[in-house]
Amino acid sequence: MKYDPFVIPFCLGAIILAFVLIYKYFSWIFALNKTDKHKILKGIFSVRIFKAIKEVFLESLLHRKVFRVNPMLGYMHMSLAFGWLLLILGGTIESKVHSLKMFNTPYEPIFFKFFNHDISMFSGAEEFKFVMDLLLLFVLSGVSLAFIKRFYSKLFGMKKTTKLKIGDWMALTALWFIFPLRFFAESFTSGIYHNGGFLTGTAGNFFASFLPLENLTYIAWWAYSIALGAFFIALPFSRYMHIFTEVVLIFLRNFGIKSTKEYNSFSEFEIHSCSRCGICLDKCQLLTAARIKDTQAVYFLQSIRYNNLKEGKAFDCMLCGKCQEFCPVAIDLNNIRISKRMEFASGNNNFDYLIPKIEKTAPIIYFAGCMTHLTPTIKIAMESIFKESKTDYLFLDKDGGICCGRPLMLAGEILNAQKLIEKNVKLIKELGAKTLVTSCPICLKVFKEDYELDIEIVHHTQFILKLAEAGKIKLNKSDLNVVYHDPCELGRGSGIYDEPRTLINKVGNLKSISQEKELSLCCGSSLAGIQLNSVQKELVRIDTLKALEKNNPDCILTACPLCKKTLAKDSSIDVKDISELVWNGITESKIVELTQNSN
Amino acid sequence: MNRKRVIVIGGGIAGMESAANLASMGYDVTLFEKSQELGGHLLGWEKLFPTMRMGKDVVKFLDKGVHLAKVNIVKNSNITNASKNGNLFTVSCGDGAKYESEALVLATGYDIFDAKRKEEYGYGIYDNVITSAELEEIFLSGKPLLTTKGEIPKRVGIVHCVGSRDEKVGNVYCSKVCCVTAVKQSIEIKEKIPDSNVFCFYMDLRMFGMHFETLYKQAQEKHAVNFIRGRLSEACENMDGSLLVKVEDTLAGKPLRMSVDILVLMVGMVPSEGTKKIGTMLGMNFGANGFLKSQDQHTMTSISNIPGAFFAGCCGSPRTINNVFADARSAAMMTASYLEAYDIEERITYI
Ligand code: SF4
Ligand code: SF4
Ligand code: SF4
Repeated sequence: MKYDPFVIPFCLGAIILAFVLIYKYFSWIFALNKTDKHKILKGIFSVRIFKAIKEVFLESLLHRKVFRVNPMLGYMHMSLAFGWLLLILGGTIESKVHSLKMFNTPYEPIFFKFFNHDISMFSGAEEFKFVMDLLLLFVLSGVSLAFIKRFYSKLFGMKKTTKLKIGDWMALTALWFIFPLRFFAESFTSGIYHNGGFLTGTAGNFFASFLPLENLTYIAWWAYSIALGAFFIALPFSRYMHIFTEVVLIFLRNFGIKSTKEYNSFSEFEIHSCSRCGICLDKCQLLTAARIKDTQAVYFLQSIRYNNLKEGKAFDCMLCGKCQEFCPVAIDLNNIRISKRMEFASGNNNFDYLIPKIEKTAPIIYFAGCMTHLTPTIKIAMESIFKESKTDYLFLDKDGGICCGRPLMLAGEILNAQKLIEKNVKLIKELGAKTLVTSCPICLKVFKEDYELDIEIVHHTQFILKLAEAGKIKLNKSDLNVVYHDPCELGRGSGIYDEPRTLINKVGNLKSISQEKELSLCCGSSLAGIQLNSVQKELVRIDTLKALEKNNPDCILTACPLCKKTLAKDSSIDVKDISELVWNGITESKIVELTQNSN
Repeated sequence: MNRKRVIVIGGGIAGMESAANLASMGYDVTLFEKSQELGGHLLGWEKLFPTMRMGKDVVKFLDKGVHLAKVNIVKNSNITNASKNGNLFTVSCGDGAKYESEALVLATGYDIFDAKRKEEYGYGIYDNVITSAELEEIFLSGKPLLTTKGEIPKRVGIVHCVGSRDEKVGNVYCSKVCCVTAVKQSIEIKEKIPDSNVFCFYMDLRMFGMHFETLYKQAQEKHAVNFIRGRLSEACENMDGSLLVKVEDTLAGKPLRMSVDILVLMVGMVPSEGTKKIGTMLGMNFGANGFLKSQDQHTMTSISNIPGAFFAGCCGSPRTINNVFADARSAAMMTASYLEAYDIEERITYI
């Protein structure tokens, strides 16, 4: 057996790492509920496992999603993860081919060149040398990028609010040293024994010309092993925990486990999968417009991990969902935020005094929502459109209904929200309607996600479009140039991007803007931004308006009463709900008709 | 001898009174007014609180002031540029005329809050929602107060703080005059339609001026006006055109809904477009609420950051008429002392 005491730090580190990871993962899996555990069992023996493996390859190794957002960052992540894995694989194959044994000591591939000075014996040795050096170069390029990024982004004021914890420092420093040390160890060895490839071989000859390599080589191997051991021991206490956790997370997800609004051990997997890539920073308007530097997803997850979450950090986020949209690990950031808000929730209100009374019913019920009541023009437009299309409908909250529950949900008051939801569900079920139409995306989201109604639930833009397509109303195309603001809860929140656009194109000329669909901005008044003050909200609002007003459209359209109300505060351009423009068009064509008839 | 010249911009109470005072001290004063008539917003008020004297009496007093002191008056002026070059102020008008002076008083007043911005109250959407300024117009015209259907209203709602003390519209300050205007107008409604019911919805009543409290007592005791503490959340229209208002009665601690035939919105004061425009041209400082900012809140009122430029009246903050008079005279005094080389800044001992 090939052995030298310098391998001890590496082996020790690897063993400790393995134990910690196994302990953590098993205890988290153990804490999952029964159904989730069942899903794992079923999943392991199904084709899902292949899908999971493919995803691990694409995301954890190649970092495809990071690439898409930021190619440089993607390359950095890929060269480190994928490059390292290939180095290990390459080393393993190399050592097996060389020794012609199926099993050798696990550290041999890592320290191959130390133990095997004369490797030109076996066939393909030259090719191996070349490939291994190329891989080392690949990883080294990633390390240098990481190094540059650390200081470059600091220069730009990013990431300065989070202090690295001891674990992070240790792991980071060790990681920076691992590959340069490997490079030196292999080069020095090659300087003596000439067993290096194009990189380590050349460097070895160069170093041999002026360094006492006999003494240095052994030290370099020790240092390399120590760096590896230190990295392994620090890993579970650092951000690099994501390397392994993300893999497990991908499997769990493929087995069908989903995050919930309650914090559980699946959430542990999620928060430990954050690589702190920082992609969520630039996407957050609270940072770019309102200059709040400590609430973005990456910091939020970090504070959960280190158990120092402050109430403010849980409550200032607007839950606009933009960070989540771009998070390469696809962590369900909104749910985690809500689940943490729950921990600060006050709990138990009495809503017994709310007794809904409705006598008649209709196949279609309209729930305007409280925000729509504060923007009566939308309400009037909708009622007029219903009448014009001769829709048999019931205006459920005409005289004020029971709140849909979403605002409480966003505040983490899930228990209280549940009570309101129960009341509304009972009422709606009794009505036996076929379709529920709402004007408010905030209501829409909770109706769809938390109500478990088995009827069709649509936003009014979808409903109006259907009316138009069925010929029940005649739309009138104006020559207005309009832009559309995607409301967060309708767009990213409910995935409804197209129907509003199709509808708009029937009543005006929709001009596209730079920040739309998944990229769209938040109006700033999100009900979730509980701790934001009026100045911070204004900064977000102005930022959003700037993007909307850029090409000086005739009208800014939106599909949410809250967005409308918010944007109208500071807009120099008319802000309308789509329904208003639709109704304006219908009345105008009527006037035209009337005047033509009278002529 | 060449008289020193002063330009006064804005022909409302503040501008007229400071112009009259400066001219009577012997300065050559030119007063600019953008409309064709002097008097400003005062022309739109019938009776004034708390004494119910006629607004036009006050206009007459002001008119006499500028005429007796021989103020030069430029009406229908459209100021396109105002600046200070060296020690001289220059004002150019749209018709090409240019004016120069050694000192300048800005008295560009306020604008009335645009009630459409508070969409939930239905102004511009529902017919029977009007503003306090429109109610005053009706009083002034001598016509009766009627609903759009031409009926005498049985119930009138009055909403305080519309566009004031409201973070949601971005105005956090109190407009000062609307509480007592509400009291005054509710009494007037009751005098004209004795068997009507009038409801005032307020957050808190700010009866700060002399005799305001007496007027408020009178409204309650003599006229049985109902004062309900609570902010209106929304109004919607009933089938018959009356309005359903929703409000939380914070004294009784319960939500309240009631119908009224007419809803009057007590619209607050916002910094006027003219103030923003000309203040910016001159390089004057604005405070957080958008009104002009004096050098010191207590000791340097009316004194702007530009030496020789002063301001008077509601371009600095919401004020009642008597406060505007006091402020206009004080601004005139400061302007004169500046022209006589009195250096008030010398007295500042703090930073
Ligand atoms: S939350 Fe997602 S986007 Fe943000 S740092 Fe973590 S992995 Fe990156
Ligand atoms: S949800 Fe929106 S506001 Fe909250 S952290 Fe993410 S991007 Fe920022
Ligand atoms: S005076 Fe009264 S009504 Fe006017 S803003 Fe102040 S508190 Fe509100």
